[in-house]
Amino acid sequence: MKISSVGYSVRQGFKNIRRNLLFSLASTGTIIACLFVFGLFYCVLVNFRGAIHKIESSISIAVFFNEDLSAEAINLIGEQIKTRKEVNTIEYISPEQAWESFSEQTYDDPEAARAAFGADNPLAKSASYVITLNDSSKQADFVQFLESIEGVRKVSSSGDTADSISAINAFVGYASFGIIFILLLVSIFLINNTITIGITVRREEIRIMKLIGATNGFIRAPFIIEGIIIGLVGSIVPLVLLYYLYDLVINYIAGKFSILKNLFEFTAPFDMFKTLIPITLLIGIGIGFFGSLITTRKHLEI
Amino acid sequence: MSVIKMENVTMKYPTGTVALKDINIEIEKGEFVFVVGSTGSGKTTFLELLLRELVPTKGRIEVAGIDLARLKKNRIHKVRRKIGVVFQNFRLLKDRTVYENVAFAQRVIETPSRYIKRQVPAVLALVGLEDKYKSYPRQLSGGEQQRVALARALVNKPEIILADEPTGNLDPKHSWDVMNLLDEINSKGTTVVVVTHNKEIVNVMKKRVITLKKGVIVSDVQKGGYIDED
Repeated sequence: MKISSVGYSVRQGFKNIRRNLLFSLASTGTIIACLFVFGLFYCVLVNFRGAIHKIESSISIAVFFNEDLSAEAINLIGEQIKTRKEVNTIEYISPEQAWESFSEQTYDDPEAARAAFGADNPLAKSASYVITLNDSSKQADFVQFLESIEGVRKVSSSGDTADSISAINAFVGYASFGIIFILLLVSIFLINNTITIGITVRREEIRIMKLIGATNGFIRAPFIIEGIIIGLVGSIVPLVLLYYLYDLVINYIAGKFSILKNLFEFTAPFDMFKTLIPITLLIGIGIGFFGSLITTRKHLEI
Repeated sequence: MSVIKMENVTMKYPTGTVALKDINIEIEKGEFVFVVGSTGSGKTTFLELLLRELVPTKGRIEVAGIDLARLKKNRIHKVRRKIGVVFQNFRLLKDRTVYENVAFAQRVIETPSRYIKRQVPAVLALVGLEDKYKSYPRQLSGGEQQRVALARALVNKPEIILADEPTGNLDPKHSWDVMNLLDEINSKGTTVVVVTHNKEIVNVMKKRVITLKKGVIVSDVQKGGYIDED
């Protein structure tokens, strides 16, 4: 199609929407609803993932070494662990730190206990690395890796917690994917209906266009533009609504339930929307584009 | 040089009906040809084949030098741009003015606006409707509507005009207006093929007449007349 015809096609696209206003509004409304639900879901998901990540990063794995292992060898093991991608943090706990922490947790008067033992540290052979992972589902493999390192005496981990966190994470991932997929299908179906009605209403005009010698691209363009406009409006409206709603909700919760602040941190609106805006626009325009492309391919065959 | 060539063309529909059987026609550039025949004789199929709305079951069709069998789907517009079509029921866009209806034909083949602004008034003058360019089809008589349709078919300067029962919905006076216009267009070099039932017009105009009966050519006569089937 020639560049000079783009303006004409865009005008025709808007004209189609005006002529077919009720159905255009219906499909725009459905896309708004779908993308609004999608956005809500996305916001909840991102915050939920944030919370899960916080829990994940608090699940630690402790690695203990053979009693005769030199400080140098322990250092080398630390370097080896650091090279793994799933490692979030790694911290060396010296025997002194271990004894101090143990005594703090165990005795009513830790100072007195430490004084009683004097220079004789009962945990002198208990240097360790405390490791947190960025993905709890990888814990089992990672533990296996640690156990295979020469010089490692014991690996202590909380496998059950990691497993259940991974399971929740996977469930939320699959469930959101499923719901989003269904919503997308519904939207494409509705765009399909709207464009089909548009084509039916203009059947005579399309037939004349074909007989005069219009190219398929030229005939299709206004319908595809119509679909894109519907998709675009259908994505901008829920984004605006969600932006105000999100801001309102996190401020409300932060104000009402200040106790949550310590346990949980909301993703800031800017961080949330810098990814949500392009994703939603892309989905909206994509639904409009592909929905109308499929329909015009089906109904405008010569 | 022939602009329309049909060689051993047979068209059989999936229902089993044979609409055209072993048709051989050659129409030269600048000819004026009537195609006549009763309902079911295959006239409509003949037009649809030329417009590449149908593909023949057998045989070869060439229009304006283009072999239709070799034409890919996305190239069909190439042949259609060489043909201007006029229908019995005019097929004008009711929500657009006379000017817009004619300009539409240019717009859809992506003619630049500056040409459209020049050519549409010229072709409306040719069909005698330059004063009615702001009117809507419903404000025009049948004859005037057919002249708008003719202007629309002419504006892209086709090599061939195909007219399907152009006088079918018109009274005798308007029928003659349209036929005289077609004759005038033909005199300027455009090939004109008219499918019609109108005996009087065929007999008076003394042009080449191809008669179809049950899908077969029963006569093809230069300066011929309407042959009654009975």
